[in-house]
Amino acid sequence: MSSPSHHPITLTPSHPVTLPPRHTHHVLEVRDLVVHYHTTRGAVQAVNGVSFDIREGERLGLVGESGSGKSTIALALLRLIRPPGRIESGEMLLEGVDLLSLYEEEMRRVRLAKIALVAQGAMNSLNPVLRVKEQIRDGLKDHGIQLSPRALADRVAELLNSVGLRRDVANMFPHELSGGMKQRVCIAIAISLRPKLIIADEPTSALDVVVQRQVMDTLLAVQEDLGASIILIGHDMGLMAQVVDRVGIMYAGNLAEVSPVSDLFRAPLHPYSNLLIASLPSLEEKGAFQGIPGLPPSLLNRPTGCAFRTRCPHAMEHCAVVTPHLREVEPERRVSCHLYENEWSRESA
Amino acid sequence: MTALLEARHVTKVFGGGRFAKAPGTVALDDFSFRVDAEPPTITAIVGESGSGKTTLARLLLGLAAPTSGEVLYRGQDVQRLSGDERRRFLRDVQVIFQDPYEVYNPFYKVDHVLETPIKKFRLAPSREKARQLMEETLNAVGLRPDETLGRHPHQLSGGQRQRIMVARALLLQPRLIIADEPVSMVDASLRATILESLRQLHLKFGISILYITHDLTTAYQISQNILVMYRGEVAEVGDVDLVVKQPRHPYTQLLVQSIPKADPNHPWHGHEIPVDPSAPVAAVTHGCKFADRCPYVMDISRQQRPPLFRTDERRAAACFLYKESPQLEGTDLEQVMAVPLVPGV
Repeated sequence: MSSPSHHPITLTPSHPVTLPPRHTHHVLEVRDLVVHYHTTRGAVQAVNGVSFDIREGERLGLVGESGSGKSTIALALLRLIRPPGRIESGEMLLEGVDLLSLYEEEMRRVRLAKIALVAQGAMNSLNPVLRVKEQIRDGLKDHGIQLSPRALADRVAELLNSVGLRRDVANMFPHELSGGMKQRVCIAIAISLRPKLIIADEPTSALDVVVQRQVMDTLLAVQEDLGASIILIGHDMGLMAQVVDRVGIMYAGNLAEVSPVSDLFRAPLHPYSNLLIASLPSLEEKGAFQGIPGLPPSLLNRPTGCAFRTRCPHAMEHCAVVTPHLREVEPERRVSCHLYENEWSRESA
Repeated sequence: MTALLEARHVTKVFGGGRFAKAPGTVALDDFSFRVDAEPPTITAIVGESGSGKTTLARLLLGLAAPTSGEVLYRGQDVQRLSGDERRRFLRDVQVIFQDPYEVYNPFYKVDHVLETPIKKFRLAPSREKARQLMEETLNAVGLRPDETLGRHPHQLSGGQRQRIMVARALLLQPRLIIADEPVSMVDASLRATILESLRQLHLKFGISILYITHDLTTAYQISQNILVMYRGEVAEVGDVDLVVKQPRHPYTQLLVQSIPKADPNHPWHGHEIPVDPSAPVAAVTHGCKFADRCPYVMDISRQQRPPLFRTDERRAAACFLYKESPQLEGTDLEQVMAVPLVPGV
């Protein structure tokens, strides 16, 4: 299948050109996702019943400490969890289709074409002995797109252009590129099939601040251009504040809070969200940041009740007994905390 | 007064050489800097990758030799210290590296990294005393000995491991700790704790700290003076409050603007002249190294290397925008560094 060289990157030409208004329907719905890693000492409950959804064109942030399960969610969405890890249960509906029901071959076709990943050390995931254009070609070829050398060169140039790189980068090897440029190449590969959903797992954590902003701008520009949704995973709350529409705060394999970003920073609901925001050093005030005392619980034997209670300044007796569930307590805002017990009106789905 | 540790006109070039095809990379360019023994200070060295900050740390630690210039420890070249002097140097100047995962041998318990210096430098006369010393040191950095001693590295979090590194440095009662990106690999929620333990060492034990980082916010939080480096040279230097709150050098301004503020109502602003990121970095032989990225570039910046202009009492910037200000005399950056408060205040 060969497409005209001037409008190359179209996988589904039948798709309507007019995009539906932003934030109307859900691209992805995740229901009660459970992922365990089975070790000799028992099952590590890395993701423990997480539900969220993402709307068309939306930017969702997933924030948490190391070990909170955020990267496991990214891998689970692509069904790339390797043994000893396993997706135990749940549903992941991409445009209504449960990814867990697909055969492996079908899933392989979804990766890159529908869901693309920009991984944390993506710049180190480039093949050191292949030129940039060959790495971009591999993705297209794997998804059945055969192009003449000329059409391929045009498409590669167009992709590189869309991430702000010059045409001749196509002929370079990864070692000839800086970290920021390599990360852009990875973004170019990720968008090469116009995915519906981009998962960016700490895409800029290895980059300098100035380059971080440039790479982030590039990523968001191509995301808007494609009308794709993005899940941005990270632990930098500053970056989240600048970039995403909604934030999900992860703690010990569960979502502690999901709120629109402005509400979250104005009035965090979960005590953990509050501490996380307070732990940010600021340029305005000296000494205004503090660490969160204590450590996250072991995911091998999860404590009873709320996982955060040992570090929580508001812990009550109740918290040790009953596990809180994510509930809608304000419009668009969900929190998993007993402090909001009386306020909730309806349990979120 | 002899400085504790001093870099004098240090240049470090990687690669190049007589048979090389390309000229070498200048990591540090005629750089002078010193840390006095008294009073103790916290100085931040800030720059992007490639600014030469880690090279500087390695030179100061004697792990690399400068191409030209010299690094002096109490007036003696660190590359040629006598046995006794070297032992003293190894105690006086301690380092904390970036990666709290790589510095441990996974086969040993974490006790090992604390026991080794105790044995090497005979810090304790007996096992009991050694144990006591280890416990005291761990307490000083906010760790509970019963939760850390006897464990293997993989049983501890990144933050705990990094604080054990701080404890190890403290054990030798150094005069100076060089901390090279000590928190860049730990979770944001733990950064504050580690930086606080470093600050406590400074306040309680009068240890000077050289905090090397790419993160202006944490530098602002813990240091008194700051040195902003760009491609091996000082772009701006001085009192941290002045440099961070009212940056003068266009590069510092760019850095400050690039920090994502944790406030959705404060959009990420700042406009850099869009530079083609894939354009090869031209070797700058004349003129300001920042000229290609600078929104205020002038003719003179292309022709001459800007010296440090003393824009304020406690700050200097290497930019011709401030050519009306007097030039910093000599190479002594100390002139613009704020004198710290007496420790314990």
